[in-house]
Amino acid sequence: MNRLSWRKLVNGVMLTLTGVCTVVTISVLFVILGCLLYFGAHSLNWNFFTRLPLPPGEEGGGLANAIVGSLQIVGLAALIGIPIGFLAGVYLAEYEDRHFASVVRYVADLLNGVPSIVVGILAWTLIVLPMKTQSGLAGSVALAFMLIPIVTRQTEQFLREVPLALREGALALGASKWRMIATVAVPAGSKGILTGMILGVARISGESAPLLFTALNNQYWGGLREPTASLPVMIYKLATSPYDDWNRQAWAAGLVLITLVLLANIAARLVLARGVSVPRG
Amino acid sequence: MRTISVALMGLLVMATAPFAAAQKLNACGATFPDPIYKKWFSEFGKTHQGAQINYEANGSGGGVKGVTNGTVDFGASDMPMTDQELAAVKNGKILHFPTVLGAVVPIYNLPGVTQELKFSGPVLADIFLGSISKWSDKRIAADNPGVKLPDEEIVVVHRTDGSGTTFVWTDFLAKVSPEWKSKVGAAKDVSWPKGLGGAQNAGVTGLVKQNPNSLGYVELVFAVQNKMGHGQVKNANGTFVKASVETVTEAAAGAAKNMPADFRVSITNAPGKNAYPISSFTWLLIPSKFSDPAKARQVKEMLHWVLTDGQVFCAGLSYAPLPLAVVTREEKQIDAIH
Amino acid sequence: MATATATVKVVKTSTQTGDIIARWVVTLFAASLLAMAILLVYELVIGSADARAKLGIWRFLVSTRWNPVTEDFGAAPFVYGTVVTSVLALLISVPFGLGAAIFLSELAPARISNALTFVIELLAAIPSVIYGLLAIFTLVPLMRLYIEPFLKRTLGFLPLFQGTIYGVGFLTAGMVLAIMTVPFIISVSRESLLAVPRDQREAALALGATKWETTWQIVVPYAKLGILGSIFLGLARALGETMAVTMVIGNDPSIHASLLAPGYSIAAVIANEFSEAGGKIHPAALVELALVLFCLTILINGFARLMIMATTSKGSKRP
Repeated sequence: MNRLSWRKLVNGVMLTLTGVCTVVTISVLFVILGCLLYFGAHSLNWNFFTRLPLPPGEEGGGLANAIVGSLQIVGLAALIGIPIGFLAGVYLAEYEDRHFASVVRYVADLLNGVPSIVVGILAWTLIVLPMKTQSGLAGSVALAFMLIPIVTRQTEQFLREVPLALREGALALGASKWRMIATVAVPAGSKGILTGMILGVARISGESAPLLFTALNNQYWGGLREPTASLPVMIYKLATSPYDDWNRQAWAAGLVLITLVLLANIAARLVLARGVSVPRG
Repeated sequence: MRTISVALMGLLVMATAPFAAAQKLNACGATFPDPIYKKWFSEFGKTHQGAQINYEANGSGGGVKGVTNGTVDFGASDMPMTDQELAAVKNGKILHFPTVLGAVVPIYNLPGVTQELKFSGPVLADIFLGSISKWSDKRIAADNPGVKLPDEEIVVVHRTDGSGTTFVWTDFLAKVSPEWKSKVGAAKDVSWPKGLGGAQNAGVTGLVKQNPNSLGYVELVFAVQNKMGHGQVKNANGTFVKASVETVTEAAAGAAKNMPADFRVSITNAPGKNAYPISSFTWLLIPSKFSDPAKARQVKEMLHWVLTDGQVFCAGLSYAPLPLAVVTREEKQIDAIH
Repeated sequence: MATATATVKVVKTSTQTGDIIARWVVTLFAASLLAMAILLVYELVIGSADARAKLGIWRFLVSTRWNPVTEDFGAAPFVYGTVVTSVLALLISVPFGLGAAIFLSELAPARISNALTFVIELLAAIPSVIYGLLAIFTLVPLMRLYIEPFLKRTLGFLPLFQGTIYGVGFLTAGMVLAIMTVPFIISVSRESLLAVPRDQREAALALGATKWETTWQIVVPYAKLGILGSIFLGLARALGETMAVTMVIGNDPSIHASLLAPGYSIAAVIANEFSEAGGKIHPAALVELALVLFCLTILINGFARLMIMATTSKGSKRP
């Protein structure tokens, strides 16, 4: 075959391969969803959502406490992390001070990359030991620690995209800087900022490692001042156990968790309503 | 939108408030007795005004660490605390209360083998040391005449966490194999020569269940509840014994007579014609002093119940109840809690 | 006139106070990030002090022992496991990721590309424990029954594919990590490729290059820094993964040449042992491991950020 035909062949083959790569990657998502639906859907009964776990070997228990526990822990983490992250992001976008801002920015990116298990160790030392008990609070602090850098960078990114003209208009009308930020810049960037918050919360709600020894687990309803069950930790325990009933519950819990996380992600991106990239970190 | 979520949070937190009325205790520790403890605390709660005793089975090491740091109200362990561990306890003393007797069995997954396998101590030690690597090894075959064993590598499974079950197992191996004793030793967490690691008894059972040709060690009830093959073990008398309520009780007979004052004792490789050699007591680790008198009262009630009414639930979960002589002495120790 | 000036002056001072307060508030919260980082490093250093004193830093890194009885701990098996699984993950995910990124940036029409990218980014949002759950029940049996025996039969002459087949092990963990890192590589690489100016492509096509030749020889090298950055980003994520790894790696703290063998990773051992490590040295050794992992991820994340910044910032000039 002459050189041109060869090059055309290579062209065709390689480009097809890239398509194959894409198809394979996309299909992984569907395989995951499919498995969770197939193995987990039929275990999603009334028991699952309302009953507490039963002793090993007894069938019919549920994960009500884990679902509520996750809501409590993630809720508190959001309460702590969103305001801090938001205000820090405002600082980075609006008040750049020489080197301090770039240091804070770099630190935020680094904190984004800290492995979640290391964050768990920090929360253990800071909260569990002095409080002398594992608690939902310790879990929330660990998760908040992970949420803050995400929200910070997202807030900064979307505030920066607010056009300069809008800001200058407000300032020209006599608004003080903080009033301009609060009434013009933030509302203008609110869609993106909200997206960042939703994505951040979705990300931490799936985290299991930081909760392993901070919130631990509980057979009953926990609380913020005592050990609390959570969905991700329960999935881990149920999946690695030998009891078939527990394995089924793991699938069901996985289905619930992935549904929540994916819905939040889809909602967030729809709010933004344009094709944006994954946040850097 | 944020006000709504704050309000929701408030509602949620308040929703858990009613449960604050019943006395809550937090405990953690051994997975060896986890099924019976969960059953006990569930039953205790039914008959004692909804008392909630939250028991998290994260391993005997977790129980010891919990009572040492004071992060739980009481702990549980299948290995009595060593003098060193007791000295490290921050506030006051820890009292040991034996609760049940259990057995650690060699659990295996051998597709195609329907007969119950027999293991002698040194063979088990060598399997876990790695000197015996295949199921078809002559020494395993010698203990199991007539059984067709596959020519496959043995997948050894052990614990990753600090485990009292590991202590009981390694204590037995150290007693029957000098090589094991010098190379590895007996403790809650050892340096395993080989094998896959699972977390807690449940994790080991799960790994054995999922991996063909595997061999692990778990408390009897985990093998029974999951209908998995577990082998007979040769005892000090030379007989191959299957773990059961009777054989475990026989192993404890000698200890019942000569129980030390602090109840810390090992009954592995005990003498007795039909004594199961890998038996053990398991203990609740109770602080002698509670800062909250309501908690102290609850703990004493719970202990009293466990030692009397609770014992009837043992046999149903394949644990052996405590010898009466031991119970009487423990009742006296309850008074030391305040 | 005098009143007018007076009013203006009053207004100015009150907004100045408002501004000053606002500035201090947000600066405070920004500084809290610095405080968090400092606190983290501080706790890691203090928490590992006992182990560092007893075991030394260099010795700790190269020792292969992990013995809670004699309190002799070494990081080598865990660093080995972490590195091997992460490198393996990259070896698998980079070709797939780069291929998909090329498809999405060069071949697919913009709307399809955006839609598909969105779907792929959903993969990045799936929690680690769910990957682990799926891996235990679907991937591990697949590996044990089909893939690993196949590899052993065909490539068994290499020490990489010898030894007992467990189903769990380095290879399985590497594959799970590969699936978890692919979305990051695709996403960032696609952005880098899209940032390559059109005239580069058009020039190559005008000279008679095929589309593939244009892409592979012109566009990809132009975006190479960004792509490299995405790889480092994926690596950093893989190094710190805990749950999915501990569920499929076998949890055996030893170094094996074979990829079919079980191993351990830093994050996995901390997750398994931290809550009940007793005494002084054992927990401190685990914190020292955490410190090692922390330093590794910081370094690699740092590299990644630098590279990504270099390509996707507007007006970046390539030598």
